[in-house]
Amino acid sequence: MEKFTRCSGVGVPLRRSNVDTDQIIPAVFLKRITRSGFEDGLFAAWRSDPEFILNRPPYDHGAILVAGPDFGTGSSREHAVWALQNFGFKAVVSSRFGDIFKGNAGKAGLVTAELPEDAVEALQTALEAAPGLTVTVDLEAQTITSGELSWPFGIDAHTRRRLLDGLDDISLTLQAEADIARFEAARPAFKPVTLPV
Amino acid sequence: MGRTLSQKIWDDHVVRKGDGGPDLLYIDLHLCHEVTSPQAFDGLRLSGRRLRRPDLTLATEDHNTPTLDIVSPIADPVSRLQVETLRRNAAEFGVPLHSLGDADQGVVHIIGPQLGVTQPGLTIVCGDSHTSTHGAFGALAFGIGTSEVEHVFATQTLPQNSPKTMAVTVVGELPADVTAKDLILALIAKVGAGGGAGYIAEYRGEAIERLSMEARMTICNMSVEWGARAGLVAPDETTFAYLKGRPHAPKGADWEAALAYWGTLKSDPDAVFDREVEIDAASLAPFVTWGTNPGQGVSLDGAVPDPAAFPDPADRTSAERALAYMGLQSGQKMRDIAVDWVFLGSCTNGRIEDLRLAASVLEGRRIAPSLRMLVVPGSARVRLQAESEGLDKIFTAAGAEWRHAGCSMCLGMNPDTMAPGERSASTSNRNFEGRQGKGSRTHLVSPAVAAATAVRGRLAAPADL
Repeated sequence: MEKFTRCSGVGVPLRRSNVDTDQIIPAVFLKRITRSGFEDGLFAAWRSDPEFILNRPPYDHGAILVAGPDFGTGSSREHAVWALQNFGFKAVVSSRFGDIFKGNAGKAGLVTAELPEDAVEALQTALEAAPGLTVTVDLEAQTITSGELSWPFGIDAHTRRRLLDGLDDISLTLQAEADIARFEAARPAFKPVTLPV
Repeated sequence: MGRTLSQKIWDDHVVRKGDGGPDLLYIDLHLCHEVTSPQAFDGLRLSGRRLRRPDLTLATEDHNTPTLDIVSPIADPVSRLQVETLRRNAAEFGVPLHSLGDADQGVVHIIGPQLGVTQPGLTIVCGDSHTSTHGAFGALAFGIGTSEVEHVFATQTLPQNSPKTMAVTVVGELPADVTAKDLILALIAKVGAGGGAGYIAEYRGEAIERLSMEARMTICNMSVEWGARAGLVAPDETTFAYLKGRPHAPKGADWEAALAYWGTLKSDPDAVFDREVEIDAASLAPFVTWGTNPGQGVSLDGAVPDPAAFPDPADRTSAERALAYMGLQSGQKMRDIAVDWVFLGSCTNGRIEDLRLAASVLEGRRIAPSLRMLVVPGSARVRLQAESEGLDKIFTAAGAEWRHAGCSMCLGMNPDTMAPGERSASTSNRNFEGRQGKGSRTHLVSPAVAAATAVRGRLAAPADL
């Protein structure tokens, strides 16, 4: 995975709460068997409205999404993360994320930055007042800055470390192969197997 | 200090303790389907890794599958490619697969319990958020994304941060006309759709203990709809009786050993939960949703709320948007809302008890001519069982459509979708915008309310007929 230290780009205010992963990418767009090409499905229902923020320059080449509370709830589809990345987003800012979405984002290299709700509001207001305003997410310093505004943001420490180092989780885990084998050898015999009986 | 049930299961699966970071947990059972697995199998191939434990992995086809004609090749070429990709991957990596047409095919969360591979004390994952269903057996079960699916394929483990714990105690007894679905919808309305974020919930109390396994599955299934990572119920005699004799349940000496272990799977009396919520079962009534997240619900006796009445500004905006999307007015009585579709099925309410309950309401009645009702059994075996009891005849005599098993209209990845602006009473789990087809409007209901609504044409309970 590529290392993530900091990124800057156009901030996009999305003033909606409870944006579930069905909104981020509806199920009909989940049929691809690759990790790319999902940008067309991103917010598909909303993007059919020409006034939707992602259809309007300069937001149409946004890199940092600033959304209302409970972003990424619902379905576990990692396609939601891929769709945001395929579109060009590097980070999402919200006061609270769906647990599975947050985990998926961390694995796929999309930063989920947590700010208090009033800070999210202030950032959204600034982005609406000055369309095209740049937001910088600095993962090393763990800060979000935009113009005069600046806040420290929350992110799981382990995920942050992994993103900074660009580490592949599976390779890390496979270093514990001996521990896994030892654990397996001690598993009780009554545990089920899935092979036909 | 004592430990909670989920902490006990967690501790029993730690392969390596995280040093300030996540613990590495062993995964006992990995369930797969066609939508969230192809990129994970690809990842294995690209890195030249093997799938570590095909014997702890089980796959089925459910999200894309048609419910009318299961013999011809799938008509949608993109859906077909996804299903065929799963078949190729399962063959290449040695994963047991229940394909369309197989008696054990069905919605992944229905077939696990049915086969008896879902057991107390296991860690269970699947690339699907409703994996929480399996918590009904006292298993630690949660949904994961595709990167994690690949991780489990390669290592049979997952690094996980230990969530906080919450006790949801349901005191008293449910009234006779109130089902598990009403209970969970009422809970979500109380705590909010994001109220469980970061927690594992343990459902407990007299009302929970009295529930059948299938009803407990309905409750645990919707844990994710209020943001909880997982939800579980301590296993008891009801659990053991359900499991005994199932194809993959332990047998002989293994059964005795398993029972001895399962008996230890309960929260200690002095265990401390990070948060506690209490609900009085006796106060509940049939419950339905009016909005576009599962927390936007109200008693069937109630009315569409006034957004201005919500103290939180985000809730207010969300309610305003929801009413506009749903085409509803505040103050409108829930019983006055007419629907175009009734959907009976899904991993929430597609089991035999759900079908029996709906059939008991429909027997000797006809559905309203203004709507269509789809009955989609959760699995091929549920379909066979229902047919052996004559339930299919009751549904078709009432004018409903009797279909083959799959996820179907719950998420509309197959041809079972609504047109823009159409409205459903649905026994599924999500009323999100566009969930059942672009522009579709969903009211989440119990199987009893679904059947009564089908007869009356407007939201209704059996007592209204």
